[in-house]
Amino acid sequence: MFFNVDKSVFEKTYKGIVIGGSAGSFKPITQLLADLPKDFPIPIFLCLHRLKHVRHGFIEALSIRSSKQIIEPQDKESIRQGMVYLAPANYHMCIELGNSISLSTEGLVNNSRPAIDLTFQTAAYTFKDKMIGILYSGANKDGALGMKAIKDKGGFTIIQDPEESMMNTMPMAAKSVTEIDLSLEAEKIKNFLLRLYKAQQK
Amino acid sequence: MQREIEIAELRRLTQYIDDQFDYDFKNYAMSSFTRRVRRVVELYKFTSVDALIKRFKEKPEFFQEFVSEITVNVTEMFRDPTFWIALRDEIIPEILTEHKKISIWHAGCSSGEEVISMCILLSEAEALDSAVIVATDIDKSIINRAKKAAISAKNMELNQSNYERYGGKGSLLDYFIEKDGFFYVKPELLDKVSFRIQDLVKGNPFSKFDLILCRNVMIYFNQSLQNEVLNKLHNSLFKYGNLAIGSKESLIWCDIANKFVVVNNEEKIYKKIKE
Repeated sequence: MFFNVDKSVFEKTYKGIVIGGSAGSFKPITQLLADLPKDFPIPIFLCLHRLKHVRHGFIEALSIRSSKQIIEPQDKESIRQGMVYLAPANYHMCIELGNSISLSTEGLVNNSRPAIDLTFQTAAYTFKDKMIGILYSGANKDGALGMKAIKDKGGFTIIQDPEESMMNTMPMAAKSVTEIDLSLEAEKIKNFLLRLYKAQQK
Repeated sequence: MQREIEIAELRRLTQYIDDQFDYDFKNYAMSSFTRRVRRVVELYKFTSVDALIKRFKEKPEFFQEFVSEITVNVTEMFRDPTFWIALRDEIIPEILTEHKKISIWHAGCSSGEEVISMCILLSEAEALDSAVIVATDIDKSIINRAKKAAISAKNMELNQSNYERYGGKGSLLDYFIEKDGFFYVKPELLDKVSFRIQDLVKGNPFSKFDLILCRNVMIYFNQSLQNEVLNKLHNSLFKYGNLAIGSKESLIWCDIANKFVVVNNEEKIYKKIKE
């Protein structure tokens, strides 16, 4: 697998990977979770737009084909290696200093709760350059400023290739406000993380 | 203000507020508190957090406005309809079979949507006359809004859909009078409610209750403050009284978790079993 990035990207230590998506992102993200090894060590934070009144079923749907442990965190839950954290319905999910997750019922941001921008911005603040932000398909601009925050802190940014995205508003919006390190098809995003997994094991 | 707010600036702010106004924001959860402060700084076009402190010095009355902006006042009626179903079908009937009266405290009631929901629930269960309800919030202006009980028309659609999911007996609109873009709660519905200003952080327990609702309030506190506040809530419950917290909050990490048992894990309802 060849990626047009410096080798050091794979050898760095990461504290978290944040993933955002909306319309059209469910399929590639379930595929990604299905193919990630159970012991993929870096904590993953998923912020996906979802129906606010449907509290159940989403975790189950994401888990069907995945061996990863996927949970909706409680407020102030400690971050653990290898976990996948999904932002719960009707709450914003933020990363706090001191290695924990906080939830919030503050107003909608970009017409969304959970809002990708909030997850990404608080992660950038906490993890600084030791993180990767990935933004998939979606029909609004949520996540764009979050990607900018990640880049401003020295983190690594990936968007799903707008050509492939079912809705390209979201990845395009990110591209228009900040530097994107890689624009990849969903399959290649997965390969990127698998290569990262191998590199991290050494 | 483009740059990030620094922790040192926040410390100066919370220290000044504690010294001058006797409010303690030092143990609010960092990321949301920082966001709220930034919001105030941007809204009022201050150049820095220190400029905000300067405004307090020049004009102490500005502090009340600050409190209103800093506290999160986003709420809806019958939020999490399944929670309200559990209250209606399990918790409240149990309390009423054991006592003639039911005392309820809405701790951090914000603009009062939850209080209205409770009164509708009790009214439909023909239990409103047996109820004593206290609703408190730290923010004076939001308490006044709660008392006024005027719901903006744009919020009614969500409230109605929650009420339908809850399976209310009538139509939500039966409880309101519409006027000038607002839906006013019919006054008799809130007869049993006393609204008060109270700070969960600095205030002390003031009464005992059969049921306390403190949902999505403690998420704005850090863990040590959550512990402190939970102790106060515990002291404010009768033995075997019930405590309801937000659906994604947990007592697991608190010192006194062993003084409660889970009544409904899904809806986060706990019962006090030890003094």
